[in-house]
Amino acid sequence: MSRIEFKNVRHAYPPAKGQEPVYALEEINQVWEDGGAYALLGPSGCGKTTLLNIISGLLTPSEGSILFDDRDVTQLPTAARHIAQVFQFPVVYDTMTVFDNLAFPLRNRAMPEARVEERVTEIAEMLDLSDRLQQRAAGLTSDGKQKISLGRGLVREDVNAILFDEPLTVIDPHLKWQLRSKLKELHQQIGVTMIYVTHDQVEALTFADKVVVMHDGGVVQVGSPVDLFNKPKHTFVGYFIGSPGMNVLPCKLDNGQPVFANNLLSSGYPADTDLSGKLEIGIRPEFVRFAKDGIPVEIEKVEDLGRYQVITVKHETSQIKMVVSEDQAIPSESPQIQFDPDNLRIYCDDWAVESNDA
Amino acid sequence: MNKKWIVPTLYILFLMLPIYGLLSMSFKTTNEILGGFSFFPQQFTLANYIKIFTDPTWYNGYINSLIYVVMNTFISVGVALPAAYAFSRYRFLGDKHLFFWLLTNRMAPPAVFALPFFQLYSAIELFDTHLAVALAHCLFNIPLAVWILEGFMSGIPKELDETAYLDGYSFSRFFVRIFIPTIAAGIGVTMFFCFMYSWVELLLAKTLTSVNAKPIAATMTRTASTSGYELGLLAAAGSLTIIPGAFVIYFVRNYIAKGFALGRV
Amino acid sequence: MRKTTNQKAWWLVVPVLLLVAFNAFIPLMTVVNYSLQETFGDNVFFWEGVTWFETVLRSDRFHASLLRQLLFTGMILAIEIPLGIAVALSMPRKGPWVSVCLVLMALPLLIPWNVVGAMWNIFALPDIGLLGYSLNSMGFDYNFTQQPVSAWMTTVLMDVWHWTSLVVLLCYAGVCSIPDAYYQAARIDGASGWAVFRYIQLPKMKRVLTIAILLRFMDSFMIYTEPFVLTGGGPGNTTTFLSIDLVKIALGQFDLGPAAAMSLIYFLVVLLICWVFYTVMMRNEEQ
Repeated sequence: MSRIEFKNVRHAYPPAKGQEPVYALEEINQVWEDGGAYALLGPSGCGKTTLLNIISGLLTPSEGSILFDDRDVTQLPTAARHIAQVFQFPVVYDTMTVFDNLAFPLRNRAMPEARVEERVTEIAEMLDLSDRLQQRAAGLTSDGKQKISLGRGLVREDVNAILFDEPLTVIDPHLKWQLRSKLKELHQQIGVTMIYVTHDQVEALTFADKVVVMHDGGVVQVGSPVDLFNKPKHTFVGYFIGSPGMNVLPCKLDNGQPVFANNLLSSGYPADTDLSGKLEIGIRPEFVRFAKDGIPVEIEKVEDLGRYQVITVKHETSQIKMVVSEDQAIPSESPQIQFDPDNLRIYCDDWAVESNDA
Repeated sequence: MNKKWIVPTLYILFLMLPIYGLLSMSFKTTNEILGGFSFFPQQFTLANYIKIFTDPTWYNGYINSLIYVVMNTFISVGVALPAAYAFSRYRFLGDKHLFFWLLTNRMAPPAVFALPFFQLYSAIELFDTHLAVALAHCLFNIPLAVWILEGFMSGIPKELDETAYLDGYSFSRFFVRIFIPTIAAGIGVTMFFCFMYSWVELLLAKTLTSVNAKPIAATMTRTASTSGYELGLLAAAGSLTIIPGAFVIYFVRNYIAKGFALGRV
Repeated sequence: MRKTTNQKAWWLVVPVLLLVAFNAFIPLMTVVNYSLQETFGDNVFFWEGVTWFETVLRSDRFHASLLRQLLFTGMILAIEIPLGIAVALSMPRKGPWVSVCLVLMALPLLIPWNVVGAMWNIFALPDIGLLGYSLNSMGFDYNFTQQPVSAWMTTVLMDVWHWTSLVVLLCYAGVCSIPDAYYQAARIDGASGWAVFRYIQLPKMKRVLTIAILLRFMDSFMIYTEPFVLTGGGPGNTTTFLSIDLVKIALGQFDLGPAAAMSLIYFLVVLLICWVFYTVMMRNEEQ
């Protein structure tokens, strides 16, 4: 187990002849605490897999260094880093039994056979694979195979961190939940650092203690799921997290107060806020309410999702989504909405402006 | 992996040696060849090549070979396409047995057929024609073509066909306009193999021809036995036979690996 | 793919059926015809039943060529398959050199078989060929036209030169289809190069290897032109393989009966072994 630190890491894949290198990863300075459960969340192409491969050593960054417990491992080969990685689709050695699959990493490191057997039985127990140890690995279902991949990582006693690259992609939906819970359980049992890459916010938010949100090769925000939800620091975070995501609307400033489409809004920002750049306000659908007097809107669509309703309204050209409870009455004549001032944030050039008490 | 380069390099060197031997011999006079061994031609000459390009009995050999090989390729691929489609999309009475029977023809020793073919094609008065050889080679090329094409076609989901029919395409229009372009790589690979196996085959080609459609391979053997060893000439003729093959591989070089992978393998 | 049952599909298959059957059935019927009868010319035939089959199966000459054939095929497979795998594994999977390598390696496959034989014939001549000359000047007493061992070695070497590339191309395609994640996982698991070969590459190549072995077996068992041009079956009959012997009997001696019987036995042997292979292959696929 160790603390992993990224110092000034940047990575560009080798460019084609005569072209400028394109950076897949912008400057990353990030610390992954020992024993933490992290999720790396972001859309496809944002650089999460690149980052993961740099940690495991499958990729050497073009700039910067990686430290394990303050030891520079940037040039160290994969096998020496004691990292386990679980890939998107299950990688098992088809010709071997489940037992032999799990024993493989240990036997490669010349562990005595008695100890190997102990370890494998222990891990198989944790993963509910004990009754299938003598079966050929090729015969298992996808989730069984992913468990084997996971097991190969857990079985090593000296593992510094376990990395997951979208591991539930090929798993059947009803088994995803099971595996996810199992992972969380394992983390609590073993306490090894786990870094879980995904583009699915549900997976990220339920698994991790801390979520690292990535966008376009850079880290946009790091925080607990609650923080990310309530205090998104970047419009991307707001938009990506939550379903539906945060409403981002263009605004102007008038005497330091945000103005949306000629409506002066009350907010938690001090009266003399002065900003220049692209200005937007962000408000989550949960904090948009019908009110007797506020911004006039037209109702476009109402979706009844059981315990709550998602209402899409329109003001001039802007579309706004609202989330209200199932028994909220919807005004039929000239509906108007208001934004909750405590949860309204101003974004300048996509980055949140901190109000003094935020 | 710098060390790994040794193996392919040595292997290719091994492959190139006899070819180099042939090439260098083609630029020597027969006297020099018979006189002893020399790595480089001491008296460089183009006489052998000139003879081939100017003597009809020689260059006709190439033309004949090319004619029947091209004929065979088109016939084989042409009839194999609908058949492969049938095997790929449909179940019908006896389909598995038919498929296997087709493959068994690929396993037929040509030697077994030499005499019967001679009699058969003489009987239908096709002896010594390009068509005869082209048809004869169908024996093993058609099964091969069906085998490879079926593999490629099975990789294309049936939904494509169904969508086309829904859009109002007739079967033949769909086949020509949509399906064939989709499996173009597969057709390329198939044509490569048909070309290859027909171009290199000698026994049947020699048995079924005498003068008019005589392939270059047969011309070469005639030279060896009757007018003594005109080694330089033989070497030049041999070198020239490598060219069409090299040409074809160059064309399909991008498909070779992909083709093997996508097809039956 | 879910196939629909449709008997009209037969129409699509008819051209193929006609062309192949024309080339296969009629000659085969002729051969069967000859194998069961005796003729002294003038199209007069006498029924002989299975006499020819018995004669052939008992003849020492047949046994001898069959044995030589089996020995040859065995040597071929033992060399070409491992060599092909080794070359395929050591080739780069990406990069500019791949096309060049593939083209150069495929070259021997496209040379007309008699040119191959002729090439090696000259190449191996003791006093004027590159190989023959080099071997003799290195102190070996090498003369493939007169020494059976040299003749065998040259024939085997020629076939290796000619056909190994087929194995290489097939195995290379198989290896290229392995996703990178497997190699990455192996690195993480600390696997040695040998372990990677044994547990990842070899299992994934099983299918292509079966095809390669099947093709090489079939083609080497039926080989005619190259060894014939190289050694003519000699010295004596030391390199007379089955096909060569068959053609000698059929076209040379015009002994139609025995030749026809031998043809059928030959065909059946190939067929049997291929059927076994094919069934094994299909069973593997279903797994």
